[in-house]
Amino acid sequence: MSAVKERKKAAKAVESFTLTLAAKSSNEGFARTIAAAFAARLDPTVEELADIKTAVSEAVTNCVVHAYKNSRGKGEIRIKGQIFDDGRVVFEIKDKGCGMEDVEKCLQPLYTGDPEGERSGMGFTVMESFCDKLKVRSKPEKGTTVVLTKRLGGNV
Amino acid sequence: MRFTHKTTKDTLTLSLTGELDHHGAAATRKAMDAVILEQQPKKVVLELKDVHFCDSSGLGLLMGRYKTALTVGAVLTVKEPSPPVARIMKLAGLDKLIKTERSVEV
Repeated sequence: MSAVKERKKAAKAVESFTLTLAAKSSNEGFARTIAAAFAARLDPTVEELADIKTAVSEAVTNCVVHAYKNSRGKGEIRIKGQIFDDGRVVFEIKDKGCGMEDVEKCLQPLYTGDPEGERSGMGFTVMESFCDKLKVRSKPEKGTTVVLTKRLGGNV
Repeated sequence: MRFTHKTTKDTLTLSLTGELDHHGAAATRKAMDAVILEQQPKKVVLELKDVHFCDSSGLGLLMGRYKTALTVGAVLTVKEPSPPVARIMKLAGLDKLIKTERSVEV
């Protein structure tokens, strides 16, 4: 009997970037364009690229609209992107803003923390629908980290 | 995000161009409302064929203009939504609330 166990090989990150942005609405378009350009290395379809742009845009918009709403234009958003050798692209969007008391509630479709602001309440629903996996970690007064994972058709 | 408008009979057409995100929506929503409130049309048409990006903030803008149109007694319809607009409207079920006009049915 062989003592060597067949072990599942862990996926390895083969490309990565980190970007720090001021939490301003004018950076929303810049952030999603960078995300799309990074994911383009995996030769995605037009629709997959549109999914990534939209999901990243939602996460960054949440930082601008909600996380730093009381910061008078100050605040930073850190975006980390990784491509894994199993064909996944992962984006981590992190802020050090106000955080969320009740993450589950905020994830509900049509819920908005800004009822005055003409928000649709669909941000997290869009992220969930357009990605394969959505992970949200948040602590009140500390900040929020959103992790978006999408598997793309091609391989590295 | 830019828009132009034209009026024919009782219909006000607003044609949007660019990326419909939070940044673009915030910059144009008041100007769009001002035109609707000033012209008091019976019908408001949002032409969206040249909107090449739309996220949930764009949905917020569509819902907001739908409400503004209602305040002047007008019906709002969407004309020629681009694929990103059509997709997100469908996801949110907004295609059930707002009538969509297409020159070619898909």
